[in-house]
Order: sequence, then C-alpha cells, then structure tokens
Amino acid sequence: MWLRLRAQIVKELLSVLRDPRSRLVLVGPPLMQLLVFSFAATLEVRNVDLLILDQDPGRWSTEMTRQLEGSSFVDELRAVDDPGALRAGIDGRQAIAAIRFPPDLSRRAVAGRPATVQVILDGRRANAAQITFGYMNRITTTVNAELGAGAIAAVEPVTRHWFNPNLEYRWFVVPGLVGILSMISALLVTSLSIARERELGTFEQLLVSPARPAEIIIGKCVPALLIGLTLGTIMLTAAIFGFRIPFNGSIGLVYLGLTLFIVSIVGIGLMISSVSQTQQQAILGTFSIAVPLVLLSGFATPVENMPLVLQGLAEANPLKHFLVIVQGSFMKGLPAHIVRDNAWPLLVIGAVTLGSAFFFVQRRLQ
Amino acid sequence: MSATFDLRRFGGLVHKESLQIVRDPSSILIAFVLPVVLLFLFAFAVSLDIRNVRVGVVVEGGGQPANALAAAFAATPYLEARFARDRRELEEELVRGRIRGLVVIPEGFSAAVRARRSAPVQIITDGSSPNTANFVDNYARGVIATWLQGLPQAKRLATGVAIEPRFWFDAELESRASIGPGAIAIVMTMIGTLLTALVVAREWERGTMEALMATPSGILEIIASKLVPYFVLGLSATYVCVAIVHGLLGVPFEGSLLALTVLSAAFLVPALGQGLLISALTKNQFLAAQIALFSGFLPAFLLSGFLFEIKSMPLIIQGITLAVPARYFVSSLQTLFLAGDLWGEFLLAIGPMLLIGGVFFTITASKTRKRLD
Repeated sequence: MWLRLRAQIVKELLSVLRDPRSRLVLVGPPLMQLLVFSFAATLEVRNVDLLILDQDPGRWSTEMTRQLEGSSFVDELRAVDDPGALRAGIDGRQAIAAIRFPPDLSRRAVAGRPATVQVILDGRRANAAQITFGYMNRITTTVNAELGAGAIAAVEPVTRHWFNPNLEYRWFVVPGLVGILSMISALLVTSLSIARERELGTFEQLLVSPARPAEIIIGKCVPALLIGLTLGTIMLTAAIFGFRIPFNGSIGLVYLGLTLFIVSIVGIGLMISSVSQTQQQAILGTFSIAVPLVLLSGFATPVENMPLVLQGLAEANPLKHFLVIVQGSFMKGLPAHIVRDNAWPLLVIGAVTLGSAFFFVQRRLQ
Repeated sequence: MSATFDLRRFGGLVHKESLQIVRDPSSILIAFVLPVVLLFLFAFAVSLDIRNVRVGVVVEGGGQPANALAAAFAATPYLEARFARDRRELEEELVRGRIRGLVVIPEGFSAAVRARRSAPVQIITDGSSPNTANFVDNYARGVIATWLQGLPQAKRLATGVAIEPRFWFDAELESRASIGPGAIAIVMTMIGTLLTALVVAREWERGTMEALMATPSGILEIIASKLVPYFVLGLSATYVCVAIVHGLLGVPFEGSLLALTVLSAAFLVPALGQGLLISALTKNQFLAAQIALFSGFLPAFLLSGFLFEIKSMPLIIQGITLAVPARYFVSSLQTLFLAGDLWGEFLLAIGPMLLIGGVFFTITASKTRKRLD
C-alpha cells in the first residue's frame, strides 16, 4: 500500500512539475507579485497635488501655504487666481484638494474670531481625500499654536506605534501576501487535480486501478501540500531576508500554522475539483472561492469593520486565522498561547474541509 | 487557408461559441452570479470607513478631569472603548489584536489640568495594522481636542483657524461609491482576460484549434468568432453590475449609458487581447489560469488605483500602472458614476486602453502566424 501511495504521489507531482513552464509559473509570478505589490499596496497618502487660491492679503494664509509646502505628503502646490480654476482642477483630477483662503482670513484670525479656510476635496478618491484632510487639520493645529489660539497647548498627546514604530505599510503587506499567494497556488493545484483527470478521461483508469479511494485522495493531497509548503517557504525567506521584515516570533509555530492552513485549503480545492466536470470549471470555481476568502480575511480592510454577519463568516475563513498567525509572528513576536488560540480554528476548518472533500470524492469514485 | 472573411461562416462560428458559453454553467456563474457576490462583498466587506474601532482607555490616576476625558472616549461613535485602571490588563489584548489602541491617562493628569500645566496623554496603537493605527491616532487626538474645547479655561481663548471641508461628488464619503466602479473593472477583467484565455487555451490543449484551422475558415474569422461572444458577455455583465451598483447599492450614476458602453467596449479591447495573447503563448489551461490571475486579476485589484492610491506608489510601480488597462477604466468609471460625462477625460483614458489592446493583438497575431508555418 505504501508503494502504491508513493507512486501516486510521485505521479501527481510529475503531472504538475514535469513541464518546465509549469514549474516556472508556480514560483515566478508569485515572487514577482510579492515584489510589485509590496510596494504598490499602500494606504499611505503621499505625493499629493494641491491647488491654492489665496485671496487673503495677511500673513496667516502665507504661513499655512509655507507649512503645506514643507510637509512630506505634498508633492506639488499650484497657485491659481480664480475660483473657476479650482473647480476645473478638481474635475480634471489635477489635484486631490483645492484650498481657498478667503480675503478676511488673517483679519479674523488675529481678531480672535473664527476664521475658515475652504477646502474642496475629490470625493471620488474617498480614502485618500479623508487622509489628506486629516493631514491638513494637523497643519491648522500647528498654525493655531503659533497664533496663540486654541487650547491645544494644555494637553499634549504623545503617540507610540507598537510593533511597527514608523507604520511601515510593507511590514503589514508582505506577510499577508505570503498567505494569499501560497493559498492561490495550492488551491489551483488541488482543484485541477481531479478535474484534469476527468477532462482527459484518465479518471476511469484510476477507478479500475487497485488503489483504494483513501489512497487516491491522499495521493492528491500530499503533492499539493508539498507545493504549498515549498512556495510558503520561498516567500517567507524572501520576506525575512529580501524585504528585511523583522521576524520576532517562532519559525516552528509559523510552520505549524502554515501546514494547518494549506491542509484546509487543499480540502477546499478537492471539493471544487470533485464537483467540476472540466478544468475550466475548476479554475473558475477556484476563483469564485479565492476572491471572497481574500476579501473576508482582513487583508484589504480589518474584519472588525465588517457587518456582524460577515464577521461570523470570516471566522470560518482559514486565511483570516493564518494572517493573524503570520502577521503576528513577524511584527508582534506572537507568544505560543496566542498562536494556539488561532491554530485550533484552523484545525477545525481543516478537518471539516478535508472530511467533506473525502465524502465528495468518494461519491465520485463509486 | 482562405484569406477572405466570409460572413456566413463567421456567423456559424459565433453561433457555436455562443452555444458553448450558454451550455457551460461555469461561464454563466462567472458572468452573472459572481459579479453580484463580488459587488456585495466589495460594498460591505471592503469598507474603508472606519467605525467602532475597539480601543482601551486606561485611567491610571483619578480625578474629575481624567474621568471626564475617559467619558469623552466612551461617547464617540468612532471608537468602542473599554476601560481599565492598569495598562497591563489591556496590553495582552493589544497583542491579540482584540483592541487596536490604548489611551493612557497617567497619574497626575487631573492635577496638571487643574493647575493649567501641560498634561501628558499617551496614545499607543497596534502598528501591525498601519491604516487602523493611523485612524486610532487621529480619532484619539480628535476626542482630546474636542474635550479640551469644552473646558471652562478654553472659553477665553480665540477659536483660531479652522478648515471647512467639502467633499465633492460624494458627500457622505461612503467608500462604496469609489469601490463599485473598481469592482466592475475586476469583473470585466475576469471575463475578458481569464475566461478568454481559458477557452482558447482549451482549444489548443485538446488539439481542436488545429481542427478549426483545417477548416476553410481564416485565422481572422476563428479568432474574431471567439472574441465576439465574450465581448457581448462582458458588456452584459457590465450592465448588470451598473444596475446593482446604482439600483441596489444606491451609488449615483451621473453619466450616460452611451459613455458607459463606449468606455466598456474600449476596455474590453485590451482585456480580450490579453486573454488571447496568454492562451496563444501557453496553450495550456493551468498555465493560462495562473498567468491570467497574476497578470490580469491582481493588477486590476491592486494597481488600478481603486483601493490603493497610484500617486503614493514608488515611481517604478507608477510606471508599471501605465500599462494596466484597468487603471484608465477605473478612473473614468469613477468619474462617470459620480461626476457625469466628462468626454475630455474619457478620451484620454480610451486612447491608452486601445493602444495597449493594439499591442496585445499585434503580438498575438505574429505568434499565431508563426505557429501555422
């Protein structure tokens, strides 16, 4: 039986790895994606262009302009001289925000009366506009302190960002991508395994072979697990040594998490494969599953911002639990008891997906 | 091989391809069911509006001012505060990720406020989610500033300069408004690139492409007959998406259907071209799927600017986004939904999309011809 099982595993591995292009495609694009997306996926707002219409003869509008020019989030400040240009600039996306200093700004500010700066923000880019507005508010705080106005001076909040002092977005993105990219590859390899045999007509041959259903299923699981673990290893290495993301946790615990994670993914892949008639259906099925898994994982936006129903669904998402483990191990040096609290849901999910896959495939095999 | 383009033959081929689409439940799934699921997930799961972020507030000393500040944290709708007397009680919760930040009001805070000395407050955030950390920092500072303004000793001070923001196009700032158009671009990329790549790769893989080539049909007819049904499928999926985004999710649609059709058609040119090119290069469904995912879907998701600001990316990546057709499509769709028909902007987007599509088709044509020799 062990001999048969080994032959099965070797055959499955060969069917994926024999073609040099397949080998390349399994490793190359994920690594390239890791590189490109770790730089692209940032919610920080930098290099913003602003339009300024300064109608104020006093010094406070000049002071604010100087402060804006000096701040790191601004790329280009363009002065315009009529309100129409402000409007056209926002319409045509030349700037994310257009600022108008009214004629009485300095006069009112000095007299201690409320002075308002009007800012038009491009709501099409809601997130960036909101963050830009936040930055501008900080500048008015500084200006007000110079004016001697406001009560800001009385309480001074001091902020410390734990685990990631400079809020490097890459420290968050790279470990997350390790999870997402190994998931997509493992899912695709497994979901194609049975569908390919069925499309090529070799599935019947498997049925008449002496291999028992359990052997066939294990023979399909192990290669996918190996491929997923290898890919995960390559990307973890790239993250630690290439991107130099600080790793403070335990490698052993990350591998425990990774193994449980890939096992649950393999179960999902096998279920897709067993209900697909063709490779196309398997691929599209994979895709229809992978996108919700990514969206509900907390990678794009935090799970706690989602409606309660979706938060419940997210608990059944293996990627969500693995992201907690892998991101926590990198930045927070997650201790063993917290890893354990996130590993047992993975174990349960893995048992359920593999168990159902077993049931589905066995039904096909009979 | 005939070089002429025979309309009747072409019609037959289109009919055959359309039947293949209609008969395979998976193409219907991806064209009509998945967009619905995706749009709802995008609308409700990918919410960038942060509400109810869980934070801990530690009041180390007592006193009326400290308790009043803590109460101000309890009152704000943006933060969901838990209270403790000792920061060690909540530090583990921060490591677990159950709370995203800690506000520490230290011993001696109340005395300092009463004496009008400078009183420190510490804000600790969970930097492992940088975006949330930023929000926690900003909102906590906002709560403190508002509370200060309510203090009796603040009354005498001048109000100073304030910003009056006006968010155009999207007054409520609901991120779903900018995410809807992005979701459409992703669905279209999937139909145009992934589905086309798979279908044509399957013909190569099974050897039926050679069979098609042995028929009197020219290569142009064969390729065009594969594209037309997916072009129609892609356009219908767009209308379905727009109906959902506008009708069910309540995002305004200021533009015209004509502009929508023109833009979508222009976007389908590079999307279909990319799918065709991938299939011609790989001739294998697994490879085609993998490459379509990594070169089509993920760039449309991450490099098109609907989730992440392009201008914030490093210059090299900004350069790469110029070659991502979804980038042009997403920005013109956002304008179409929220601002209306601005044809000047649309033409600037249509040009690059057609150009990229042209490049894809040219490479495909040269590759395919070589194979036939």
